[in-house]
Amino acid sequence: MGVVYLFRHLPSMYSKYICTQLGHLLQEKLIIMMNKFRFEYCLLIGTLFLCSCFKEYKGKINIDGSSTVYPLTEAVAEEFRKVDPDIRVTVGISGTGGGFKKFLRGETDISNASRPISKSELEISRTNGIEFIEIPVSYDGMAIVVSPKNTFVDYFTVAELKTMWSPESQGKINTWKQVRASWPDKPLKLYGAGTSSGTYDYFTEAINGKAKASRGDYTASEDDNVLVQGVSSDVNGMGYFGLAYYMENKKKLKLVPVKLTPEAKAIFPSEETVQDGTYQPLSRPEFIYVNVKSASKPFVKDFIKFYLAHAAPLATEIGSVPLPPEVYQLSFKRFLNHTTGSMFENKSTVGVNLFKLLSDKK
Amino acid sequence: MNKELISANVKDKVFKVFAITCTGMALLTLLILIIDILIKGLSRINWSFFVNLPSRHPEQSGIYTALAGMVSLLFITLIIALPIGILSGIYLQEYGNRNRLAKFIEINISNLAGVPSVIYGILGLELFVRMAGFGNSILSGALTLALLIMPVIIVSTREAIKAVPDTMREAAFGLGATKLQTIWRVVLPASFGGILTGVILSISRAIGETAPLIVVGALAYVPFIPEGPMDQYTSLPIQIFNWTSRPQQGFIDNAAAGIIVLLVFTFLLNGIAVVLRNRWYRKTTA
Repeated sequence: MGVVYLFRHLPSMYSKYICTQLGHLLQEKLIIMMNKFRFEYCLLIGTLFLCSCFKEYKGKINIDGSSTVYPLTEAVAEEFRKVDPDIRVTVGISGTGGGFKKFLRGETDISNASRPISKSELEISRTNGIEFIEIPVSYDGMAIVVSPKNTFVDYFTVAELKTMWSPESQGKINTWKQVRASWPDKPLKLYGAGTSSGTYDYFTEAINGKAKASRGDYTASEDDNVLVQGVSSDVNGMGYFGLAYYMENKKKLKLVPVKLTPEAKAIFPSEETVQDGTYQPLSRPEFIYVNVKSASKPFVKDFIKFYLAHAAPLATEIGSVPLPPEVYQLSFKRFLNHTTGSMFENKSTVGVNLFKLLSDKK
Repeated sequence: MNKELISANVKDKVFKVFAITCTGMALLTLLILIIDILIKGLSRINWSFFVNLPSRHPEQSGIYTALAGMVSLLFITLIIALPIGILSGIYLQEYGNRNRLAKFIEINISNLAGVPSVIYGILGLELFVRMAGFGNSILSGALTLALLIMPVIIVSTREAIKAVPDTMREAAFGLGATKLQTIWRVVLPASFGGILTGVILSISRAIGETAPLIVVGALAYVPFIPEGPMDQYTSLPIQIFNWTSRPQQGFIDNAAAGIIVLLVFTFLLNGIAVVLRNRWYRKTTA
């Protein structure tokens, strides 16, 4: 292993030279030894293979983080590859929290995030001296759904959702009648996001007022497809997950509109209502975080420029909701100015107007 | 007396039916699973599925880089795990057979074989990715997988060596061979089939691992083939995991197709292991 370490830190020319010399030497030995020992033969091939790792590229961009933002970043990376195939862009799916851990160690250039960076993560960024630019890239609406066989649900108010999902309801709110008196006395079966997903964090904050505060006695899954299956096959089921999952399973589910207050109009989530902010409080912005050190590299700048220029049509294509065009423009200005720090350090993303926020900052 | 006999007979039959039902249920589950996957995925299996890069369009998406990543990952894993595993097995069986250290190691190896794979991932993350500084490279992943499969290789090496009759060793010693010569020229060739079986079974375990690889930093979108052990990589199980969590039905079908490829790999490897084992038994018992 020491050998690998040494080679990595030698200038590539030397290492290439050494490798070829070593290769010739090994080849000669190989012929002598091949007939004798198979294991050693395997080892030699391995060593040769180890020496082949010193190709230089024009640039590498490491991206990791949220699996919700992954499809958009993947789509952008796929298109970017057509423009500049010499830049190696890789995207991982460690989750928002896992992605930030790597990002704050300086291991990645860009971090996908379905929620803004948290207070504790900000502290780590300060101690580690990692500066970043926060860029909103798309919206995600959260769909509230029931079984298509459910005939009585017409809308939910936010207060009713809180009755269903708050930590105090655990073990107490078990029937639909308890949520609204006019609904039948049938068992209430809840399906929701698993505790490690960004969807869970956002839903609990928007509905229960505090991130991660939720009742625990419901069917939880990090995989939204599992929740789709659950609600569609349970007459008394009710669940929440990303809007894209409803759009792909319209026939199996019934979408329920949400009223912010009992007097307000009931709003269905759609591309328009999520984008213009009328579907409240269950639409959230999604972000990418760019390390400032990486941001000064020209190919990273090209990539971000490309990202923000093409995010809108690509977001629609993959089933996510694009931001208004002027927000993309403001975001790009923010990136060019290297405006570091989070806009949400002392602010929640619930009900936020990105255009206003970005204009203020400028 | 007669009554007792009849009731015992009935009990016997009931138990038999019960056992058959249990087996049937297990087989039925497997069958349903395989049929479901075949229905969903078979239409996606074509040449372009094997040579395309990952893409946002499910029908254009392929497993080229995932397959390449998986093969190079397994290759390096074997280079690392084979010598260490087999030599450890030889030591434990041939040299340290009766001392306390060997017994202590033996217990630990059995324990290691039962440790959940994600724990190996966490170990690999700290040890290889961070302390050794290999980053999220194939080398880190391979070292982690090597740790994971080493217990299996050690145990199967020991079993295979144990099966070599002592008469052969004694004959070699009688001819004046040293211990090294005996092991290298007599014991190892005689137990080769058994060791190989263990190795192949351990590969088929490593091939489906996702959790430890995600922990040590295998990626999902990698549009190039790894060219060396320090390159970043993706692997087929990770591609499947990624596809199953996407909303579009097309990706679910892709995942099914990926599963078919992975299943074929595992079936092939297990098949080879069975054939080798049969041959080896015939050779040693004849």
